[in-house]
Amino acid sequence: MASEKWPEAGKRSLIGKRFTRLDGPWKSSGRAKYTYDVKRDGMLHGKLVFSPYAHAKIVSIDTSGVEKMPGVKAIHVITGAGKEVQYQGHEILAIAAETEEQARDAARAVKIEFEQLPHFVVDAPPEKAGERARPLAEQTTGNPDEGFKAAEVISEGTYGSPVITHCCLESHGQVAEWEGDNLRVWASTQNVSGISNEISEGLKNSGVEVPASNVQILTPVMGGGFGSKFGADTWGVACAALAKKAGRPVKMMLERDQELMAAGSRPSIYAKVRVGAKKDGTLTAWWSESWGTGGFGPGGGNPILPYIFTRVPNRRSHHTRVETNTGPARAWRAPNHPQMCVITMSAMEDLAAKLEMDPLDFFLKNLEFVVPERAEAYRQELLKGAEMIDWKKKWHPRGDKTPGPVKRGLGLSLHTWGGGGHPSNCNCTIRPDGSVEVFLGSQDLGTGTRTVIAIVAAETLGLPLNAVKVNIGDSKYPPSGASGGSTTVGGVSASTRRATTKALNELLERVAPTLGAEPDKLEAKDGTIRVIDDPSKNIPWKQACAKLGATPINASGQRVPRGADELISSGVGGIQMAEVSVDTETGIVKIEKMVAVQDCGLIINQKTAESQVFGALIMGVTYALYEEKLMDEATGRVLNADMEFYKLAGIGDVGNFAVHFMSGPGYDERGPIGLGEPPVVSPGAAISNAVANAIGARVPTIPITPDKVLAALEQKGGAA
Amino acid sequence: MSKRKSDEQKGISRRSFLKTTGAAVSAGVVSGAAADLLKAQAAAQSKFAGPGEVPISLRINGAARSLSVEPRMTLLDALRDRLDLTGAKKVCDRGTCGACTVVLDGKAVYSCTMLAIEGQGHEILTIEGLAPEGELHPISAAFVENDAQQCGFCTPGFVMACKAFLDKNPNPTEEQVKHGLGGNLCRCGTYIGVRAAVVDAAARMKGGR
Repeated sequence: MASEKWPEAGKRSLIGKRFTRLDGPWKSSGRAKYTYDVKRDGMLHGKLVFSPYAHAKIVSIDTSGVEKMPGVKAIHVITGAGKEVQYQGHEILAIAAETEEQARDAARAVKIEFEQLPHFVVDAPPEKAGERARPLAEQTTGNPDEGFKAAEVISEGTYGSPVITHCCLESHGQVAEWEGDNLRVWASTQNVSGISNEISEGLKNSGVEVPASNVQILTPVMGGGFGSKFGADTWGVACAALAKKAGRPVKMMLERDQELMAAGSRPSIYAKVRVGAKKDGTLTAWWSESWGTGGFGPGGGNPILPYIFTRVPNRRSHHTRVETNTGPARAWRAPNHPQMCVITMSAMEDLAAKLEMDPLDFFLKNLEFVVPERAEAYRQELLKGAEMIDWKKKWHPRGDKTPGPVKRGLGLSLHTWGGGGHPSNCNCTIRPDGSVEVFLGSQDLGTGTRTVIAIVAAETLGLPLNAVKVNIGDSKYPPSGASGGSTTVGGVSASTRRATTKALNELLERVAPTLGAEPDKLEAKDGTIRVIDDPSKNIPWKQACAKLGATPINASGQRVPRGADELISSGVGGIQMAEVSVDTETGIVKIEKMVAVQDCGLIINQKTAESQVFGALIMGVTYALYEEKLMDEATGRVLNADMEFYKLAGIGDVGNFAVHFMSGPGYDERGPIGLGEPPVVSPGAAISNAVANAIGARVPTIPITPDKVLAALEQKGGAA
Repeated sequence: MSKRKSDEQKGISRRSFLKTTGAAVSAGVVSGAAADLLKAQAAAQSKFAGPGEVPISLRINGAARSLSVEPRMTLLDALRDRLDLTGAKKVCDRGTCGACTVVLDGKAVYSCTMLAIEGQGHEILTIEGLAPEGELHPISAAFVENDAQQCGFCTPGFVMACKAFLDKNPNPTEEQVKHGLGGNLCRCGTYIGVRAAVVDAAARMKGGR
């Protein structure tokens, strides 16, 4: 029988090679139909009315005039009179009309009387946050006081990362269509299998009873999620309710301002840090007092500090959540990690500078304080990265002393992430004509999931990639988990490998008599079923499948429902190094080069794996240099709820990148591990450290904008 | 210059349209009587269309398309909602991100910041017009091969910006690419692939591929 274990290096036909993504032609020809592009017969357009205030009580809602406006077909109240709205952008009601223009006119005409309430929108330190401060329990290990006494050098600083948003290019939204008692919802979601229930539950509150099994979710492609699209959201339920009321399909996508105000933010985390070491660089103690906001509600991080160097013997950390009247936090690629990373690595690098140590040596020396099972991988990764960026030649002590206003610097950072695999089920059907399909209620966020599934299936069946049809993006397929936390590749590759192996084994049994060998002596390779010890005895795939007669094979496979699964693993590490140049006259930071060294277990598709890392680096450059959701203290409003002033990096801003994967023996046996989160963690820290190295002063918080660079220079007393 | 002239001949110029709406906006802050006067003046001084739907004809992908739109409707919304040409995407809706890029008389434009009525008299190329369904234009093929896309939502805009760019710069340098495609934004971070794709596409187009 064919084994479900991953094939060894020499026996892989497809796994680990370079494949263009299967949906690439569909996307790059403009033919891919996203939720935003869906058009149904008689479809109405929905618009949300949301709160202009950061905190207010809704006194009354008057839609009497609106109902008579041209084109208006249905109104659905989400947050009714008497209730409070807690941030600008808080959804209040939804309107469906014949055209988008009419829906927008109607939304503007709704009369809502508010009683404004006091708001608090800034992520102020605890002592200035009053009753909005929610201190969490202090974490103490060892004896921090003794640890600092033992330290020969102590560095202190304040570091941090502000609230940023997800800014998915396809905004959140749905198209809902009823057909009798059945509801079909096209959704821009990371959770195809998971949101039917939420919509069913939500509709109950509107008096609409529809069992979750009657709610079909469709997401053939989606335009970015990054952790913000796990739920149906109130507007998803509202969309279905509007469609029910109007008796017609409704499309409701958020407008950009609301996307940025309400549809997802990454919590801020700031920290005052004190860290001590012996003169040889050995860490002795860590203390941090951190705070940050996850907006309205219980969201927001509880950072584990220090990051990576979690085994520094004496440490005390304390975090305070600050509740603000801003849009609630949602998971943002590697929740908390980029913030914890920029705080920790900045503090460590400042300490190394005070010790007059090369940070590469400093970090290498302190690998004794990382989790033991990752220490050696980090060591190898640091050395590899140093080679790639020519660290030993290019690094200089703090402050580039070469003449001229443009200063260059190097910085580095380490990161980690879990991974593993979410629950996943796969069905594989082999038909008598030789065609193969797999079905999974999963989704491709642009990470290349669809292609990975095809590679695993085709590898298992010994077929070329195009011989397998992958069906995903439909909740009627066997359920798979939400795509979050870098768990998708683990989940879907395990379930697909098992389903296809099982299906293959059924086929081998049917073919065995023809080849005159026992099924366990057969294998699928190069489009044939053949005898392992005598490949000349073989039959082509199609002929083998013809033995099935009229009945296709259907086999299902699962990622082991709970706990460990021997096909996959969790826990990866990576390092990144950045080279920057900083114009000390303008304060502008330019990324020259970044290198990323990453382990991620068994790589299924080298090409899309690289793209994941490049993408993470670019997203990292963006949050390191440009991104910040700016709140106006007086009015409580978001100052930059548009893409003109909520800045994303452009093609000319990102520098040159190199990626190296730690793979081969020692890594491959772990099975595939997701890459969505790990490489997005370090860029902020690596870039911040590089800037400090270039100009000889720390810009304490990201984004490292020109004004902050100039302020840091001024505080230090002039150019590098 | 010729553009403005031809628009004014049709009686709908962006300037007069804006003038009309400008008057309506300022009416909100002056007294009722004065507002009425302003409105009447504006109406008398400028020829304007709307506010109801007006029939227009657009030349899109080489064919004439007749449709009826409110004058305030953007070209992007007309393409997407009225003509079901959904390759151009609505993202920022404010002329920042480039996801809605179409090629108008050989020039890349943001279709979200142009009114549909303004599109009359121009040759409009959308991504659907680059190649017949089922086939790939060399630029699209280069985007696939160089994995210059992840979620793909910005990709059609990039492909169209690339088309206009390469038509004018068939042998682009890296610096020209950074500048020429600087008007398009991607969130997944595909710029490394896009840079490679533009160079590859230039080669493919020269080779007649």
